[in-house]
Amino acid sequence: MQDELIKRACELLEDGTVDRVLGWSSGDFFYDITPTVFTSADEVRKRFVYNDFCGANLSKYLIAESQKDGKIAAFLKPCDTYSFNQLLTEHRINREKVYVIGIPCDGKVSVGTLNDAGIDGILSTERDGGDLVCTTVYGEKRIPFAEAQDERCINCKSRKHVVYDELIGEEGEVLDSHRFDEVEKLEAMTPEERFAFWQGELSRCIRCNACRNVCPACNCDLCVFDNPKSGVFSKAASNDFEDANFHIIRAFHVAGRCTDCGECSRVCPEHIPLHLLNRKLIKDINTLYGTYQAGETEGQMSPLSAFTEDGDAEPSIVQKGGIR
Amino acid sequence: MQMTKQTEEKWEPKIIAFCCNWCSYSGADLAGTNRLTYPANVKIIRVPCSCRINPSFVLRAFQRGADGVIICGCHPGDCHYSTGNYHTRRRMTLLFSLLDYLGIEKERTRVEWVSAAEGQRFVDVMDDFVAQVTKLGPCRRLEDLRCRTN
Amino acid sequence: MIVKVAEQKLPELLTAAAGVEKLYIPVDKSDKVSVFEEYAPGKTLSRKLNTLRSAKDFFFPQVQPMAKFRMEGKKIEVIDTREEPQDFIIFGVRACDVRSFDILDRVFLADPVDTYYESRRKHATIVSWACAEPSETCFCHSFGIDAAAPEGDARMWIAGGWIYLEDLTEKGAELLKALDLPALGADTSDEDAEKEVKAEQDRIHSIQEKLPLYSLKPADNRQKELEIFNSPVWKEFSDKCLGCGSCTFVCPTCQCFDIEDFNDGHTIERYRCWDSCMYKDFTMMAAGTPRKTQLERFRQRFMHKLVYYPIKNDGIYSCVGCGRCLRRCPIHMNIVKVMKALEEDAQCEKKN
Repeated sequence: MQDELIKRACELLEDGTVDRVLGWSSGDFFYDITPTVFTSADEVRKRFVYNDFCGANLSKYLIAESQKDGKIAAFLKPCDTYSFNQLLTEHRINREKVYVIGIPCDGKVSVGTLNDAGIDGILSTERDGGDLVCTTVYGEKRIPFAEAQDERCINCKSRKHVVYDELIGEEGEVLDSHRFDEVEKLEAMTPEERFAFWQGELSRCIRCNACRNVCPACNCDLCVFDNPKSGVFSKAASNDFEDANFHIIRAFHVAGRCTDCGECSRVCPEHIPLHLLNRKLIKDINTLYGTYQAGETEGQMSPLSAFTEDGDAEPSIVQKGGIR
Repeated sequence: MQMTKQTEEKWEPKIIAFCCNWCSYSGADLAGTNRLTYPANVKIIRVPCSCRINPSFVLRAFQRGADGVIICGCHPGDCHYSTGNYHTRRRMTLLFSLLDYLGIEKERTRVEWVSAAEGQRFVDVMDDFVAQVTKLGPCRRLEDLRCRTN
Repeated sequence: MIVKVAEQKLPELLTAAAGVEKLYIPVDKSDKVSVFEEYAPGKTLSRKLNTLRSAKDFFFPQVQPMAKFRMEGKKIEVIDTREEPQDFIIFGVRACDVRSFDILDRVFLADPVDTYYESRRKHATIVSWACAEPSETCFCHSFGIDAAAPEGDARMWIAGGWIYLEDLTEKGAELLKALDLPALGADTSDEDAEKEVKAEQDRIHSIQEKLPLYSLKPADNRQKELEIFNSPVWKEFSDKCLGCGSCTFVCPTCQCFDIEDFNDGHTIERYRCWDSCMYKDFTMMAAGTPRKTQLERFRQRFMHKLVYYPIKNDGIYSCVGCGRCLRRCPIHMNIVKVMKALEEDAQCEKKN
């Protein structure tokens, strides 16, 4: 797959279709993948990679890139295309300046997940049937690929590219995922249990803002939490209220715009399951206002901008555990 | 000594009511002119429209020690700005659902539609909400201890 | 002197230490995260290589209340909220984190002395722990730190079913004495202990040699301040940076802070909290910020660690090679990549 991508990127750069290519490059290890803008075919041949560790969502980079001169080609995985579409809807990306190449994805791995499974000192990995074989300083270790993947990939919602100019590989389908199972489990708890769960998770937050800065939906020029005049400005969460406040406001701000790409949970250094907040809102929206997938089509109206005069549920519909 | 004093003192809930200028606030005013009484626990904050209420207003109220938050707006279809309360309806439904999901009981939050002519209804709604929150007891889950006065 | 205790005696050893002073040990929070927590019977020592957050939290916590102000009429009352901390032991600190204390000392204990930092620092006894299984992200070796012989007041090795303890300072010797190790079955006259520790150290070194970053050597940048400042690598790197603060907040040597006020309407609470040079409002002043672009902010972090700090501190780098930023950066940008790119850039310059 990687070779095919490199070949296509070089062609596009050499025939002048695009001036830049957005992809991934690696560093000292095979897994430390960084999103990278390539400006020449030579560079692409030298450093471009596409492997199981290319989980980073490239769409957010296109906000800045599409404001520059010239055209850029971007390799987007299925979930990246949802984010891309959502950003188009919000007029944050100049579509004319981006050449989208859809690429297939069968789930990505984070090195953190491998570390959590007790595999450390990793020097290289290789797919062997359904397993991921890791060569480490402490010998060879095996882990089923399904277990090595990020949570978001295990519960993948779609392998379909919702927008592209050309496609490499075959088109996937929208999947029947179990992504709301975890939400339902929380809903079934008592308020005390839920509170204890969330306090345990959110109180670990160090306010590094990684979740916010990686989120394609969080693209305000000045975030309310960075604005000293907003009344909620604070650099550190000095108590539990501020931990919760930050995450509630953030989840609510991206409600109806979050495509559930799962980047927030992937990047959280404290491993807080932030996607469970967003998924709750997605689930509620689906239940109350009809199935809605942000980013599915360009230009669709967000359920929080829309309303119906007679059909909307009254807020009293909220049950224990939220809308069930 | 301190302990006995605290236990003797009856706990009273603090309720923040955000009222729309055009309907509910006038409704409360009407209740006053008609000499109807509603619980003194309710502190009213006037807003131009119920959809002016940012979710962070609700959180701020809890941070500063509120035990319940009620939002009052015009009846659907009667919004002074045509559609404001339709937006409130969706937003607050989702917000209250999310809060309950985080462990802030749904009984502590409410949206009611009260028109300028419904002075009695305003009183009934407040009576009912105060009774409901009183039953739940104090809300400490989003309280910011730094904001306690003593 | 090295004392040897059977590994099964670890709970008793920890209980004994907790009886001497307040004791903090790394514990597993989940299968993913380990943190330093106050010891209580039943808590077990985490076997993870390192805690997610560094041990700098003990001396330089993320949020440090400083003072309170209260207004009454036209008078402002200033309330000093400082309290002298109790003596405490940090048990199981890795070699990299121990070295980070030295780096922080050079900042906070230099004139003018930071009293908040100092009061915590002088009440601490540090028991370090040699790394039995270093990871591929470890590069403490590059900064002259020996993971097999950590510094501190006392140090520990756990190998082959034994715990080996050695005192390094007076404070450490006092602690070991107070632990009453013979009561735990320690044999103070075991002559093999030293040999066994040496074997363990050799084993650790032989693993380190196999690690990919073993040969990484930081360049002496003290004479090249401007060259590096104007290097083209910053542009390329900062374009990718998301501008979050995870690298700075997990870093054991990052020391920037901001002072904020919280006003509850009656009282103002002044606190200082970690700041990150990656943030847009870093060093924000009334006239604005001197670093307006991500390039300038990104450059600041690495210039500080690799150039400015060494210039002011006899060539000592403000990095200990713990590898936390290598693991935590959402897009895997890190100090190793920067060091290598600068090196390459310097080589190119030389050729031209």
